[in-house]
This record gives sequence, C-alpha cells and structure tokens, in this order.
Amino acid sequence: MNIRLLKDKILSKLMLVFTLASVSLIVVIGGGLYYRSVPVLQKSSWYNLLTSSIWKPMKGLFGFYPFIMGTLWVTAIAIIIALPLCLLTAFYLVDYAHHNIKKFIFPFVNLLSGIPPVIFGVWGVLFIVPFIQDHLAPHFVEFSTGYSVLAGGIVLAIMIFPLIVSIISEVLNTIPQELKDASLALGATKWETIKKVEIRKALPGIIAATVLAISRAFGETIAVLMVCGNNAVVPHSVFDPGYPLPALIANNYGEMMSIPLYDSALMFAALLLFIIILLFNLISRLILVRLERKMAA
Amino acid sequence: MIKRKIEEYFFKSLMILATIVVTGSFFLIVGTIFTKGVPFMTLDMITKSPGGGFYIGKEGGVLNAIIGSLYIAGGATILGLIISVPVAIFINMYMDGRYFLSNAIRVVFDVLFGIPSIVYGAFGFLIMVYFGVRASLLGGIIAVTLLVIPVLVRTLDEVIRTVPNELRDAALSLGATRWEMAKVVLRQIKPGILTAILLSFGRGIGDVASVLFTAGFSDNIPNSLHQPAATLPVAIFFQLGSPVEEVQGRAYASALILTVIVLIITVLSQLLIKKFSKYKI
Amino acid sequence: MTTAPHISVQHLNVHIGQQHILNDITINIPNKKVTSIIGPSGCGKTTLLKSFNRLLDNTKDVKIDGKVLVDGEDIYDPKAEVTHIRKKMGLLSQRPYPLPMSIYDNIAYGPRIHGTRKKAELDEIVETQLKATGLWNEVKDRLNSSASRLSIGQQQRLCLARGLAVEPEIILGDESTSALDPTSTHKIEEMFIELKEKYTIVLVTHILRQARRVSDYIIFVYMGKIIEFGPTEELLLNPKQDLTKEYVKGFIS
Repeated sequence: MNIRLLKDKILSKLMLVFTLASVSLIVVIGGGLYYRSVPVLQKSSWYNLLTSSIWKPMKGLFGFYPFIMGTLWVTAIAIIIALPLCLLTAFYLVDYAHHNIKKFIFPFVNLLSGIPPVIFGVWGVLFIVPFIQDHLAPHFVEFSTGYSVLAGGIVLAIMIFPLIVSIISEVLNTIPQELKDASLALGATKWETIKKVEIRKALPGIIAATVLAISRAFGETIAVLMVCGNNAVVPHSVFDPGYPLPALIANNYGEMMSIPLYDSALMFAALLLFIIILLFNLISRLILVRLERKMAA
Repeated sequence: MIKRKIEEYFFKSLMILATIVVTGSFFLIVGTIFTKGVPFMTLDMITKSPGGGFYIGKEGGVLNAIIGSLYIAGGATILGLIISVPVAIFINMYMDGRYFLSNAIRVVFDVLFGIPSIVYGAFGFLIMVYFGVRASLLGGIIAVTLLVIPVLVRTLDEVIRTVPNELRDAALSLGATRWEMAKVVLRQIKPGILTAILLSFGRGIGDVASVLFTAGFSDNIPNSLHQPAATLPVAIFFQLGSPVEEVQGRAYASALILTVIVLIITVLSQLLIKKFSKYKI
Repeated sequence: MTTAPHISVQHLNVHIGQQHILNDITINIPNKKVTSIIGPSGCGKTTLLKSFNRLLDNTKDVKIDGKVLVDGEDIYDPKAEVTHIRKKMGLLSQRPYPLPMSIYDNIAYGPRIHGTRKKAELDEIVETQLKATGLWNEVKDRLNSSASRLSIGQQQRLCLARGLAVEPEIILGDESTSALDPTSTHKIEEMFIELKEKYTIVLVTHILRQARRVSDYIIFVYMGKIIEFGPTEELLLNPKQDLTKEYVKGFIS
C-alpha cells in the first residue's frame, strides 16, 4: 500500500519537473537568443538595426531592414493568395459539397500539410520559378530570373492551405444548422446566408486562422530560401528577389563564427522572428480559446 | 431575383474553382516530383553512400542521408516521448480541477508548436556551443527533439482527452492511484500514441532548418553520436545547388525518396486516426 | 372546410438514409386556420413540417417523393424556385435563433434580401412587426443593439416578427414554445390565435393542452403515417382510431 502511494508521489513530482522544464522552454529559448544578441545590440540600437539597409558584416554593419521587408513581402503575398482561396474552399466544403466529396477532398488537403518544406522548395524551383521567368514576368517587367518574392509567396501560400482550410472549416462546423435554416427559411439563398450570417459568426475564427497562418509563413525557412533569390535588397515589385529573415539565418550559419559579431547578428535575427511569432501565436490562440468558450456557453 | 441567382451561381463556381486549386496543388506537387524524380532513380541511390566527388557527378547514392535522417528522427522521437508522455499525463490526470492552469500550459505548448524550426535550430546551436558539442548526430537529435516535443504533447494531449472521464473515475473508484489509472488510460489509447509517434517522426525526418547547423554533414553513415550526420533534406538541398545536371537530377530522385517516406507515414497516421476515432464514444 | 386547402400533400414519402420516415402522407391543411400536428417523439412531425418549406432538402441522405401543393402549385417541381416558396412560409423553430445582428437588422433581413432598400420602408416594416408581436414598447429604444441581448421569450417573438416581415402566407411552428417560460408561452399562443385571421398556421407540438388551446384542427401522426385528422374538440374528446384513443387517453377536458 505504502509503496504504491510512494511511487505515485515520486512519479507525480517527476512529471511536474518535466512539465515545468518544457514550459520554461519558451523563456529559455527567448532568453538564450537575447543573451547571444547582446553584443550586436551593444553596437547599434534596436532602432538602427531594424531600419538600416546597410548590410556589411565585414565592417560590422548590420541593417536588417531589407530582410524584414523581404519577410513581409513574401508573407503578404502568401496570405493574399491563400486566404481567399481557402475561405472559398472551406465554405464550399461545409455548405455545398456533398458528403462524399467532402470525404474525398479533406484527406488530400491534410496530406499537403505532411509534405516537408524542402520538397516544396524543390517543386518551386522546378515549376514556379521557370513559370514566372518565362510566362508571367515578361508581361510586366523587362527581366526577372523567376527567383522572386512572388515565387516565395506562391510556395508559401500552398504550404499554409491546409492550416487555414482546417481551422476555418472547424469554425464553420460550429455554426448550428438551425441558424442557417432560419436564414434560408426567410427566402435567402445559400450564398446570401454565407455572406450575411455565416461570415459574421465565423469572423473571430477567420481572424485567428489568418494570424496563425501569418506566423507560420513568417518562420518558414527552407522552401522560401530556395526560390526567392536571396538578394539583400528591399523588394519593389513582386518580381524582385527578396531575402527573408529565416533565409538569412540559414544561409549564413557557415560564416557566422568567422566574422566578429556575425553570430550575434544572426541570433538577433532569430530573436526577432521568435518575438514576432510568439506574439502572433498568443493572439490567435487567445482568440480561438475565447471563441471555443463562447460556443460552449 | 435573377440578379440573386446569378450572384449565387457566380460565387458557387468560384468556390468550386478554389477547391480544385487547393486540392489540385497536392497532386501537382507530388506529380512533379514523381515525374522529375523517377528518371533519375536508381537502386544505387538508396543502397550506397556517396563515393568521392558525388556532388560533381561521380558514383554513389544517398544511403548516408537516409540513415542519418532515420537516426535523427528516431532518436528525437524516442527522447521526445520520454519527456512528452509524462507531461501529457500530468496535465490531464494530475492537475485535477486546476483547469485554468492546465489550459494555460496547453496554450504554452501550442505556442511552442508554432515556433519555426529555424529558431529551434539556432537555439540548438547555442546549446551545442555552450556545451562544446560539435555539429553531429547528437546535436541534430537535440535540436529535433526540441522541435517535436510540442508535436508529441499536443497530439498525446488530444488523444488522452478523448478518453471519457467515466473510465478514469472507474479506475480511481477501485482505489487505484493516479499513476495506476494513467497506465489504464495509456493502454486504452495505444493507437493514439502510435499516431503521435508517426506525426513526430514525419516532422523530424523532413525538417531542414533545425538540422542545418546542428547535425553537420558527412558522406558517411554516422557510427557514433559524435560524428556529423547527413540528412535527406539537407542532401537534397546540396545536390540541387550543384552545377552538374546529373547531380541535380539526383536531387529530384532524393526528393522522391523523401516524399515517398513522408507520404507513407502521413497516410498511415491518417488511417490510424480514423480507426481510432471509431472507438470514441 | 369550405375554402380550398392552402397546402395539399399528396402521397408524400420521405426516406432519410435507410429509414422510411414519412409513409404515403396525404393531407390537406385548411386555409387561415391553426392546424396542430401531434404525435409521439420520432414519429415524423418535424419532418412533415420541414417538407412544407423545403428545408428538408438540406438533410443528409434524404429522398423525397410525392407532391406538396401550395396554392395549387407543386413545390417539389424541379422548376420551382425554392427561395420564393420559402418566402411564403415563416418558420419558428424550437429555440430562437436570432441572426448575429441588431434587432432592427434581424427584422429588416428578409425584406432587404427580397429587394426593399429604402430606409423609410424598412423603418415602417420593423415598427409594424414589432408592434404585431408585442415587442415594440420593450425594444423601441434599442433597435440597434444586438439581438442576442434579449431574453429567450423576447428572442422568440423577435423571430416571429422577423418571419412576418417577409409577408408570408403560412406560418410554421416547430414546438416553438418548448424553450419558453409560461408567460412567454402564453404570449406566443395568443399571437397565433390572433394571426390566424390573416395566415394559415401549422404547429408541431407535443403538448396536448396547447393543441387544444390554440388549434382548430389536429393531425395525429404515428410512425410516419397519418392516423387521424379532424377538428380539435372532436379528435381529442372523441377519437375514432384506436391509436389516437391510446395517445390522447388520460387527457381530461
């Protein structure tokens, strides 16, 4: 009897330790990255680092502005492409599609989420980059190698399809059929019901999904790195190359130890990513949790 | 009235189009990889390690990378399980009644789940530097373990929550300790645990950013934890960057191998999830 | 019945999945009267009601055969325009489902969809219907506040007002007072009695007393078939079929 209780107590303490350790991981990671960023922060202020465009590691000049812009461009393009497509798809699957079609389509959307980023990168290089270079860009600009923020945005968009579709579908499924029936009973068409009733009800969920998708897009490294050109300039059009933050870190880890302050700068870049994504994640999770609670009430 | 019908028809068509694009992109991607990869696929690719000059066109295969990836994904999953199972059990069965706290912990893990692998890679690198570990199999395993812990905790947590409270109460009312009750629950959700393992393995095997700094690269199959290890995604990445067409082709073939492995894992886990939810009450 | 039936159901058969829910239903719903559909749980009352405004169409795996004539036209004719049919019928469901918008917008929703845009016209409609359902004095100062802030009784009256705003001919009620307290229930029942001057009303209820208070005619449904149909007092006090006798027995006047 006593041994059982003792065992239970010991194990529960052990589990507590593991849990606390895991939870504190956020603090440890943030703290560690900050600690390693201190050298470069001592040299230039936060403001300088974030707004300067001069990137000359050899001279110790680290302006992150082009990389921040690169990240923003790629993410914005991805969201602009993915959000409407996924909204339409989710509404179709929940409100119009026959049961069998739904059963057929959802698995494939989920399979998409399992494909490793590097495969998306390879596909981007094989398919998207030539497509942009040969077929799309000539209509708009004089020359583009195809390696552009547009390519990064398209690849990224496809990567976040499953995330957005699944969250929005889940949210839509919580809308009671009787509410939709109430609108239909007044003589509204299905589309009018979606437009005027469902979107309103699902709005917090749609926002949460968007915020989550943005944070996922921000952090995606390898797929974007392979197709966006990696040129440390601020993009001015979708056909320009870009250099998002994650790509910066991944590309330069080799030299990072040999140039003074370079490793600190890259850790700073990682810290930036970490903070932004942390915030976005928290915001969207809080929205979703509140939504869940409202639904259960 | 006609205007409303046209509007409905227009948007419905738009919706169908969107669905086709979203679903079709899966087939497009897998299809492209297959058609480009199959021509370059040889038995050598999966049975041999690179010979000298592999990246400029000479003999060999990517066996080193395949094994390296398997080691890292496997090691990370095992380590991850050791940490995640207790955590998942703790949140669910030991924190009775403290819903706010356990939900707060869940949010923390959701956030950890959302942190990109590059951050885990950078952090893993930090740890390695601090402890004097070189870029090696061990380093890769550490970084990927950090990456998959949130995946495991999240999945295990969801699975444990599907066990109805009545079962837990039944065990407790027989005088079981919480740990004994936990064992009962764990037995109940074995397929769910398998799903979590598969998901974590799939994540670990396909990720680049976390192993880029931490696992190093090598043409050989690692023999010890301290040797650098090649991984499939990194191998693909390097091969793609080669100027030699033959090697680029091999990149496609390697991509094919990785895709096949991951698809198998994903399909298996989907089937398991479906089979598992049949037992849900 | 001296006037033509408003709704005429002819050999209606409804299957949901493998189950035969409604079995060869043939019945005429009298014009401008209140008709109650009664019967034990699961006998198909709600299915029958939903077949009148074609909301049944959205049910998974449903198969509908037969004719339902409203004003002489078969609503299940493939050429029939569904939204037009539904406009003719107002639905009050078991629990109120206010649309996620203000009180004003809830009532204006239907008219707006069907083409009424002018504010003056909409204002008038909102006021008229709120007065008709006895809500006007209670909400006239907060027309723009969210409808979800009303009490359940008020919400149900709001849904009624919303349904009346599209000028239907028929009102369908699906156990529409079961979520309400006695006072609100009383208000709604009174409204039904008033409204039958202008509208044909079909109510599904499992409360025999309510059926007696409110309706002129009663249909008794059992296991998907119509067992008996007749004027309220007659059916309740002097049922002809054995099954009806079983169901209403114990119902003392």
